[in-house]
Amino acid sequence: MASGSNFHRLPEPEYKRLTMTFDGRTIEARSGDSVAAALIAAGVTVTRTTPVSGVSRGPYCMMGVCFECLMEIDGVQNVQGCMVQVREGMSVRSMAGARTVSDARTPGDG
Amino acid sequence: MPETEFAVVGGGLVGMAVAYGLQRRGHQVTVFDEGDIAYRASRGNFGLVWVQGKGAGMPDYARWTRLSAALWPEFADELKRKTDVDVELTQPGGLDLCLTESELADQVARLEGLRDALDGNYPFQVLDPGRLRGMVPEAGPAVSGATYFPEDGHANPLFLLRALLGAFRAEGGRIENGGTVSAITPTRGAFRIETERPWEAAQVVLSAGLGNAKLGPMVGLNAPVKPNRGQVLICERVQPFLNYPTVQIRQIGTGSVQIGDSKEDVGFDDTTAPRVVAAIARRATRLFPLLENVRVVRAWGALRIMSPDGHPIYDRSTEHPGAHLVTCHSGVTLAAAHALVLAAWIGGGEPEIPYLETFSGKRFQLSSAA
Repeated sequence: MASGSNFHRLPEPEYKRLTMTFDGRTIEARSGDSVAAALIAAGVTVTRTTPVSGVSRGPYCMMGVCFECLMEIDGVQNVQGCMVQVREGMSVRSMAGARTVSDARTPGDG
Repeated sequence: MPETEFAVVGGGLVGMAVAYGLQRRGHQVTVFDEGDIAYRASRGNFGLVWVQGKGAGMPDYARWTRLSAALWPEFADELKRKTDVDVELTQPGGLDLCLTESELADQVARLEGLRDALDGNYPFQVLDPGRLRGMVPEAGPAVSGATYFPEDGHANPLFLLRALLGAFRAEGGRIENGGTVSAITPTRGAFRIETERPWEAAQVVLSAGLGNAKLGPMVGLNAPVKPNRGQVLICERVQPFLNYPTVQIRQIGTGSVQIGDSKEDVGFDDTTAPRVVAAIARRATRLFPLLENVRVVRAWGALRIMSPDGHPIYDRSTEHPGAHLVTCHSGVTLAAAHALVLAAWIGGGEPEIPYLETFSGKRFQLSSAA
């Protein structure tokens, strides 16, 4: 595939095309995608570096358990990308190290 | 013929520090560890290397604690050299934060009492809100002040336990995970350790935490320890905002925030209680309002091992020579002194410090006999 992803989508009869951005780059997604699924389908495998050793991490368990896919979604840091569905126009950013604490919003506050 | 020179009963921070200290001095030691059914205070504690406020009513406990804090840097270096485990020790001084004027006044009075008992050698400082915010800008408007003690610090208690285990093994020590030690029987100058299979040891060190209350009397020693529950919250990793450990909250180098200073008398219940967790979180957000938007990722309860006066018990049996008992609720703070000083005393050396007898469990016998 053009995306270069090792992941391939199952044929889906009906879906809506959505777009979001990741670090400013436009990502094509489908309705029902989690943010993590849309990113790996688009070939994005690294979404943060760790606070402990600085090594790269990306979506792994895809079911809310491993916390590897923490990213910044619409300005909120440390959000599990696999637990949030893509919305049209969403702005997603990778993270470097630990989150900041001046950000006064929690996930779900929008 | 005894199978081991020393049987150390209990493989937590206290037992492992003493076992390592004995083994590194050339004794031959076997540690009997109960396994994962144990209450494991060593795996639930807060990780402070703490001096401030300890020793009210027993100045020797303050002296002993300060000795251990002073020995800690070389001890951490030794563990790193022998095991390559960095126990993450830092000793930048520590803060006890207060939310009311009366809380601060009580705290200052307590530290002044300790300073008097130690002939003026107790360099604490009282910080008004302005000075406190100079050191900790994120302290909230509700904070009325703090006391600061320059010898306080913190370490990673899990890495410490791992390092002690590694160093003990590297020195040739043995660990038996054969389950609970149900009884200890003195037998003609030795001791029979009743566990999965009976063992015979020339000497025994009881470091079984809450289990010492039951095991002590079997060898003529008194350790009326009781559980006291503390609950701990762990938050997600965030950018550093707190450069000093506090009694209530500490942030480790990799960003995690640990919260909790609850004290409850609930027997052997080491679970968490939502009411207490909520109270800990509420107090934490008054101390540091930025925590309001930081997520809690784990919580646990653990049981402190408390003697009637809260101070350690170090004892050796006159009735059954070769039996020793060690217990305290500050296994991290005292680890250096346990390994480097107490173990020498247990091993039969001359006491390097004059006041170890102060910690005998005999101090409780008059009151408990009533």
